[in-house]
Amino acid sequence: MTPSEPTQRSFMQRGKGGYVNPYVVGVGLGLTLLLAFYVVGRGLGASGAMFRAVAWTADEVAAEHVDHNAYLSQYAGGDKKPLHDWLIYEVLGMMVGGLLSAAQAGRLRFTIEKGPHITDRKRLLLAFLGGGLMGFGARLARGCTSGQGLTGGATLALGSWGFMLMVFVGAYAVAYFVRKQWI
Amino acid sequence: MGPLYKMGFFGEQTSFVFAFLIGISFGFWLERAGFASGLKLALQFYFRDMSVLKVMFTAIVVCMLGLSYFNWMGWIDCNKVYINPTYLWPQLAGGLVMGVGFVIGGYCPGTCLVATATGKIDGMAYTVGALAGMFTFAEVFDWLEGFWRSGSMGTVLIPQQFGIPRAYVVVAVVIMALLLFWGAERLERRFAK
Repeated sequence: MTPSEPTQRSFMQRGKGGYVNPYVVGVGLGLTLLLAFYVVGRGLGASGAMFRAVAWTADEVAAEHVDHNAYLSQYAGGDKKPLHDWLIYEVLGMMVGGLLSAAQAGRLRFTIEKGPHITDRKRLLLAFLGGGLMGFGARLARGCTSGQGLTGGATLALGSWGFMLMVFVGAYAVAYFVRKQWI
Repeated sequence: MGPLYKMGFFGEQTSFVFAFLIGISFGFWLERAGFASGLKLALQFYFRDMSVLKVMFTAIVVCMLGLSYFNWMGWIDCNKVYINPTYLWPQLAGGLVMGVGFVIGGYCPGTCLVATATGKIDGMAYTVGALAGMFTFAEVFDWLEGFWRSGSMGTVLIPQQFGIPRAYVVVAVVIMALLLFWGAERLERRFAK
């Protein structure tokens, strides 16, 4: 496995790595979000689809356990079809869209994203742990940066703005302690 | 008049097709910004790359203004638009946990899927971790249910909560975003090598 190329380049080169201006992307994303509201009456999301996949799998593997779990049974079990949901299709589209963009830009390759001062193995472990925290937090908050941040943000929902603020607080507060992973 | 689906212009199956197409746009733009890269995302929290802030707030402002405009033109019935209900305490706590997870893991649920789809092995590890974290939540739900349901304020918007007319809040958000962008540009110039 080739080591991650990006870590061998300096930050400035990476920043110019063919990525589109973030303000332009923001407009593109904002219009996408607006389109979702106009066409379907809801915004974007991601974590909900992931949990539905978890609920579906749990139901396939341990249906009785799902029925007795107050949270899982909201999504699966009985007549419920957890994968029969708008978000599932949206998320599938996301992966295709990401793939198309990366393919067009020549950015499709197996790689590990990390800073120059950490090993692949430690990075993968931290990725798993960070993901675990995020998954837990997303269910607690009833959404993630897409569902609460972008969607709730654009509609001026009170709790969503509170959520977004805390995401930045939490990340900046801990950044120093994991800086070895990134810088 | 929109939302087209809620006004009965098409059925659920078609709405799933739109979901897929809208999703393609979402994922496409995320990757265009470089958000399939955990490194680029994480650098936000070291002030070296403020793209996360720029993208998120530009998107929020564009959509917010768009919704206001559509509403004003009578193109959308805002009463039929889904508003995230506020459960204040779990949203604040969940946000904090997610922020910590973001800088440790390097992604958020949306970007981790795009990362996975484009070959980022750390993105895949993150995705597995996120699924495990979500399952863990379900398994400890009985202990958390009270907290998870606390702070329920219904679908309350910022203008309502603070008694400020919506138009003023919209303007304030735009001004805040512009200030954030100005600050972001300065921080990047200062901290990016």
